[in-house]
This record gives sequence, structure tokens and C-alpha cells, in this order.
Amino acid sequence: MEPILKGRNLVKRYGKVTALDSCDFDLMPGEILAVIGDNGAGKSTLIKTISGAVIPDAGSIYIEGKEVKFTSPIQARAHGIETVYQTLAMSPALSIADNMFMGREIKKEGFMGTIFRQLDRKKMETLAREKLTELGLMTIQNINQAVETLSGGQRQGVAVARAAAFGSKVIILDEPTAALGVKESRKVLELIQDVKARGIPIILISHNMPHVFEVADRIHIHRLGKRLCVIDPKDYTMSDAVAFMTGAKEPPSEAVAA
Amino acid sequence: MADAQDYEKLATSNAQTVAQFADDDRGFVGRLQHRLHLTPSLVPLIVLVLAIIVFGILLGSKFFSPFALTLILQQVAIVGIVGAAQSLVILTAGIDLSVGAIMVLSSVVMGQFTFRYGLPVEVAVACGLLCGTLCGFINGWLVAVMKLPPFIVTLGMWQIILATNFLYSANETIRSQEIATEAPLLQFFGTTLTIGADEAGRGGANFTYGVIFLVALVLALTYVLRETAWGRHVYAVGDDPDAAELSGVRVKRTLISVYMLSGLICAFAGWALIGRIGSVSPTSGQLANIESITAVVIGGISLFGGRGSVLGMLFGALIVGVFTLGLRLLGADAQWTYLLIGLLIIAAVAVDQWIRRVSN
Ligand SMILES: Nc1ncnc2c1ncn2[C@@H]1O[C@H](COP(=O)(O)OP(=O)(O)O)[C@@H](O)[C@H]1O
Ligand SMILES: [Mg+2]
Repeated sequence: MEPILKGRNLVKRYGKVTALDSCDFDLMPGEILAVIGDNGAGKSTLIKTISGAVIPDAGSIYIEGKEVKFTSPIQARAHGIETVYQTLAMSPALSIADNMFMGREIKKEGFMGTIFRQLDRKKMETLAREKLTELGLMTIQNINQAVETLSGGQRQGVAVARAAAFGSKVIILDEPTAALGVKESRKVLELIQDVKARGIPIILISHNMPHVFEVADRIHIHRLGKRLCVIDPKDYTMSDAVAFMTGAKEPPSEAVAA
Repeated sequence: MADAQDYEKLATSNAQTVAQFADDDRGFVGRLQHRLHLTPSLVPLIVLVLAIIVFGILLGSKFFSPFALTLILQQVAIVGIVGAAQSLVILTAGIDLSVGAIMVLSSVVMGQFTFRYGLPVEVAVACGLLCGTLCGFINGWLVAVMKLPPFIVTLGMWQIILATNFLYSANETIRSQEIATEAPLLQFFGTTLTIGADEAGRGGANFTYGVIFLVALVLALTYVLRETAWGRHVYAVGDDPDAAELSGVRVKRTLISVYMLSGLICAFAGWALIGRIGSVSPTSGQLANIESITAVVIGGISLFGGRGSVLGMLFGALIVGVFTLGLRLLGADAQWTYLLIGLLIIAAVAVDQWIRRVSN
């Protein structure tokens, strides 16, 4: 089967630091692929090359077999790739609705939209409220409240809702449950399953092994800037995975080839 | 416009707030902080209204007359227009020290193109507006593409533009009378609408076209900043440029467009300046950059970017105007004005810090 998303020999250097060192990457249609690895292994850099936020120094990225060269996140979004960044990428002083529609605002119909370029706030607010309610993350009273007045968990919920609402081809989640409590994490895991049921593949970066083993179809283990191996969570235990990722244990040879 | 609605909401919610004041002191302070957070122009509006009331009581009809109050508007018109340009830049977490220089150079271009080259005055005005926009573009390009700090870029451009202004104009003033007879369009913004003057033509409310332009500009910018995608992007870029970029905002393009619009508005200020002083003078408007920053800060726009409104800047400029005229009519030493303005600046920044602390 052809991967929906494929990376080959991706390289990214920051001065003397090699964040990505000839890294390969494959995402299959409809799957949940977990990416695990130590802090600083290069996971965030890898997904940023896919989302257009970082331009790799070398290597190629293919979507459904066709090579793409993204130079900005806008281009990746136009291909239906939505990303929840580790930093969440939200404007704290702006409202939830403003943030959800940042960069893809809806204009009013008629001459107020075409000539005066007025935004259709009502429509954006309604859609934003709908999306948050769908996620069950709607403990937020006011869609117009500034994002900085939300708790860490609520902010993460909004960021995930934004990605889930607009992603049509691939959804990338970089540590989406890091700031969440048990109940909120549950919601996000359910959401991930929902998105998968819609047939949309997901890349999930997480440090939470129980979460990873619960939802992942395959696990990409990242070490020192490259893919060390890919394992099936049914064949290995959590402590095996941690041992591979920290270098305490050699990866299985058949998994390295995969 | 939309801010006015917020004030109304405040007025209607006051009843409940006061009722809970006794048993929930913290809650009241918290709500106040929240309200100020939503509407940062509320503080300067209150200060402005209080200042007008106090000077009105102290000075009576000498101050509280249509003539004196509209005189304040005329005196703040130039600073207000430049302040609008400054507001846009400061909302992106930048600063523009070259606004005054752009204003003067643009006015000199309008004057010299008419009188030295004999171009039709409409063409000369258009060239002046273009000149301001171009200066803004250079600022924007250096900030957005070369990633140089706005403070340094505009400090340098301030010197460069001012020197260009003196070299090009040969330090030559174009006299008011010459302009009035040969190119009255240059003095367009000095045209005065008088309402309710006495038979001798004294007193009454005087609105120059410059004042009307200022009000229209502030309303238009308020609309654009609140109601269009570009306006939202300006706030997002000022708030957190990295987050804005990741959310699909074209940060460079937004920044360059902000500096260009700022330059264009400064050029309009240059045109209005000719109307105000009558002549084209390369030595005028030297304090515009400091005065515009003062109006912006007192108006509650955060120097850290992403917070505040152009309406607040207008209130800030008016506060300075009210203090200046009020203290002069009281016969106080002009230094008292500067002292009070200084206090207001520091108080405004302290309030901004307080509001920001609350939100976290
Ligand atoms: N913008 C950057 N500038 C400099 N170094 C960076 C930058 N982004 C990441 N790095 C470095 O690249 C390496 C990989 O980082 P990252 O991809 O964030 O790892 P992970 O997400 O796996 O924790 C780290 O050593 C980090 O310090
Ligand atoms: Mg990371």
C-alpha cells in the first residue's frame, strides 16, 4: 500500500545541532501512528517539516506519492494537513473564535464582505461553538473570551478542536494531552478515535505510554534525529518501547527495516 | 462604534457589580480588571471626561465653550493623525520613531513638486502620499524581511529621512501666501467649518477639515482593526508572531502592509500640517514622534503589542490637549503640563502591566 504521507532522508540542522539526521517517515491511510522518543530527539522538528513550519535542509516529502515542497504552514493546510503544535500556536489576547478561524476567516456575504471585507462573526462564532460542543470541550461559557483567560487544558482543547474541524487529509498532534487532566485527556483520545473513524489518519506525538499503546496502530520510535524502528504495539510491551527509545535495548532487526 | 456598545454593556452591568461590592471586594476588582482587559480605551476615556469636568469647573465658560473645546481638537489633529499611524505599528509590537520625519518630508515633497517643478498640485499631493508610503515600505521591509529591531530601523530612518528632507528642500520654506494664491489644495485640511459664531465671526465651534479627517480616520481604522481579517492579523502578529505564522497568517506581508499604511497616514498628516501652519516648512513637526508615542501610551495601547485600540489613542491625544489648554488658561507654567503628562505616561504603563498580570 502507498503511504498517504512519506518522508525520505529529511535533514534539518540548527547551527551545530542536527535535529533531523536523514530521517525517514511513513504514514499509512487511515492509521493512527504514534511517534515517541526522548526530549530533543527531533519529533517536533519532524512534524514541522511535514506541516510546512520548518523547511528541511535536504530530503523530500510526498503526499499520496506526489512530491511536495511546503514553504509555509498555509500550503500544508491547503492540502488538508492540520497540526496542533506543542506550543499550541494561539494568540492569547484574541478570542476563541478569532483563534479558531485565524488565517481562514469567513467574510460576510454581499457587498459588506466583498467591498468592505467585513467578517461574518456570527457564522464563525456559531461554527466554533459547534466544534467545541462536538468535542464535549464546551465547559467554556463564552466563545468571545480571550484565549489567555482559559486554563491550560481548555486551551489545548481549543487547539485540538481547530485541527479536527479543518483537517481533511492528515491531523498531526504534538503532545496534545500534556497539559490535560484525566478527564480531558479521555476526551482527546475519544476525539482521536472519532477522527480515525472518519477515515482520516493521525500522527500522535506523546510521552504518555498508556495513551500511545491504547490508540496507536503503529509506533514510530525516534532517536537522535532519525527513525530507529517502527513497532506494532501488540507485539511489544511499554517497557520494551521505552528501552528502544532510550537506547537501553537494541531494536528488533525486522522492525528497523519496516 | 463597537466600543460604544461595550460602554453600554458596562453601564447595564454596573447595577449588579455594585450590589456585590460589599460581600465580594476581590470579585469587583477582578471584574474591573476583566472589563479593562476587554476595553483598554476605558481608562483614558474616564481620565478625559474627568479632566474636562475639572477644568470646566475651574475655568467655567472660558474652557467649557464650543470655541475652546474645538480649539483642543484643532491642536491635537496633527498628533492624532500621526498617533493613528503610530498605533498601528505599536499594535504589532513595533515602534516608529520616523513618523514625524516622514510627515515633514511628505509635506516638503508636496510643496516642492508644485513650486519647484510646476507640477499640477493634485499630482504633487499624490507624489507626497506615495513618498510617505515608500518610506513606510522601507521600514516594513527592514523589520519584516531583514528581521531588524523596529526601534533601530526607525531610529536610523528618522535620521536618514530628516537629512534627506533638509538636503532636498535646501532648508527653504514655502510661504503661506504663495500657497494660498497658487496651490490652495495644499491648505485643504486647514479649511474651517464654523458653527454658531457671533456676528463678528468670533467664537463658535470650529472644525477644520484636518479635525474631520482625524475623526474619520480613527473610525475607519477602528472598523478595519475589529471587523476585517487584516485587522485580526495585525493583533495576532503583535501578540505572538510565531503563533500567528503557524496559524496561517502571512506575518511578513502583514508587517510590511502595516508600516506602509503607517507611512501613508503620516503623509496625510504632512498634508494636514500644511493646512495647520499654512506654509511648507522643513523644520516643522520635530516632536511628532514623541508626542504620538505619548498619545498611544496614555491611550492604553500596550507597547508589547497586540492590545489596545486606535480610539484609545484618540482619547490619549485629547487628554494631552485638554491638559495643555486647561493649564494655559489657568495661567500655570507650561512645565506643569509636561510634569502631568509624564505622570500620566507612567500611570498608563502601570495600568497596562496590571491588566496583563490579571489575565494570567
Ligand atoms: N528553532 C530552533 N533553533 C535551534 N535549535 C532547535 C530549534 N528547534 C529545535 N531545536 C533543537 O533541535 C533538537 C530537536 O528538537 P525537537 O524537534 O523540539 O525535539 P523533540 O520534539 O523530540 O523534543 C533539539 O536539540 C532542539 O534544541
Ligand atoms: Mg517536541
